[in-house]
Amino acid sequence: MTGIVALYIFMLAAFTGYEVIARVPVILHTPLMSGSNFVHGIVLVGAMVALGNAHTPLEKTIGFIGVLLAAVNAMGGYVVTERMLEMFKSSRAGGPRPGAR
Amino acid sequence: MSALAGRDTLIQASYFVTAVLFIVGLKRMSSPVTARSGIIWAGIGMLVATLVTFAYPGMSNYPLIGAAIAVGAVFAWWSGKRVAMTNMPQMIALYNGMGGGAAAAIAAVELYRGGAAGYGEATLAVIGGLIGAVSFSGSAIAFGKLQGLIKRSLRFRGQQILNLLLLAAALLHAALLAGHFNTSPHVVTGLFVFALILGISMTLPIGGADMPVVISLYNALTGLAVGLDGFVMHNAAMIVAGTVVGAAGTLLTQLMAKAMNRSLGNVLFSGFGDTGGGPAGSVTGSLKPIEAADVGVMLAFAQKVIVVPGYGMAVAQAQHKIWELCQLLIERGVTVRFAIHPVAGRMPGHMNVLLAEAGVPYDLIADLDEINAEFETADAALIIGANDVVNPVARTDKSSPIYGMPILNADRAKNVIVIKRGQGAGFSGIENALFYLDNTRMLYGDAQKAGAELIQAVKAVG
Repeated sequence: MTGIVALYIFMLAAFTGYEVIARVPVILHTPLMSGSNFVHGIVLVGAMVALGNAHTPLEKTIGFIGVLLAAVNAMGGYVVTERMLEMFKSSRAGGPRPGAR
Repeated sequence: MSALAGRDTLIQASYFVTAVLFIVGLKRMSSPVTARSGIIWAGIGMLVATLVTFAYPGMSNYPLIGAAIAVGAVFAWWSGKRVAMTNMPQMIALYNGMGGGAAAAIAAVELYRGGAAGYGEATLAVIGGLIGAVSFSGSAIAFGKLQGLIKRSLRFRGQQILNLLLLAAALLHAALLAGHFNTSPHVVTGLFVFALILGISMTLPIGGADMPVVISLYNALTGLAVGLDGFVMHNAAMIVAGTVVGAAGTLLTQLMAKAMNRSLGNVLFSGFGDTGGGPAGSVTGSLKPIEAADVGVMLAFAQKVIVVPGYGMAVAQAQHKIWELCQLLIERGVTVRFAIHPVAGRMPGHMNVLLAEAGVPYDLIADLDEINAEFETADAALIIGANDVVNPVARTDKSSPIYGMPILNADRAKNVIVIKRGQGAGFSGIENALFYLDNTRMLYGDAQKAGAELIQAVKAVG
């Protein structure tokens, strides 16, 4: 991937992120922040590759911590976002569902 | 050779699918109707990317990778399932900080190994590492403050100068590494030590009320760090996901700051948040108490009631009782709406989550802009554990610390009922002029208990 192509990807992704969030109602600010927090949990993939290529004990130790932290980010982000969004329902959709927390 | 090329294509294709799923998922999460499916789409994307990365060419240390994922995922699943909805903001801060730490760790491994070869990649790696480390330690402090582990905001003269010096020291080490002037492990260590201290030092003086904006900012910074790491590792999924979150998070931070009537610079470089407490001399009149039975009659025969919940209601875990009360009123034909100030709760949107937990449908819940005109036609405004967000002083008193903050016009309702534990001032320590108005009555007591009494009172009306 050449530098200029990378720059294009960066620019387009930045606009995408901005546009996707631009019209979000305030009621979803907290879940959406949590959801975007989950999405950067993709750092797990990078941490796995970094640890997979680590050789010295120092690199392995830091790599291990990296994968561990990234896994917490991804899994924790998913669980709390899902828990919050699960509760949002409309009065038109009927009463509270039996399984609702 | 061709098998390896085929595997590489499959991995890249999977990352592409993940990036698409993330963007679609985030888009769906921005509407309450589709939000639930959004997180599931994004979750599938994450699962695909994680599984396919095990097939990444040239990797070793699989037992270590598996162990780290297992331990991290089990801890996160366990903690995420049991955290109370009221503590959600600090939990997001914690998970976000972990992501920042992971981004810093990736950059550290690359830098210690001398992996980021060219000037460009080395620059991206040091910036990604610096931002990730600041986000890591800063988020940890934010978590500690909201969780109540760190009680006081540390402020002293020359603090901003100290922060600038720390930033300069971190940048100096970053420049040494990026320019290949000195790439010894000591310089790498120095970069991360200064970045971690900077994150702590930046966050300590910020007050609790401003913390949501800070958490959101660190969320955006982690996204940016992940994106930068993605460039270093030639990983398109990380580039796209990280950058999307960086941009979305920046916008979200601005929206939150705006909703709280604060500028970002103000949040970071001044210490309001938990100070305030201007002179309370302008408030005149007396507090007029009322009994629950009288409030019950008033609500039962009202046409329209607007409920204004605040964090006090959530602390008392009264949202279930209040919703039960509202259901009784709705059965009687009363129109009930919930009016949510952007900063009700601990961060914008937090109160909506707490009401949703109690089963309140989101179409009964209205934003400040939607509802403010309706207070004039409401027979009663029921204020539960809210204070500063309904203080009319914000409209009139230029000397007040909350002057200019948009407020809910609860004072314009025909009757105002305030459920409050005692006579103390609000989060910002400012006396509330609303409580002294002629059409205001105070119902003293714990929100949970008051809710139960009101339910009995409305039932007694028959």
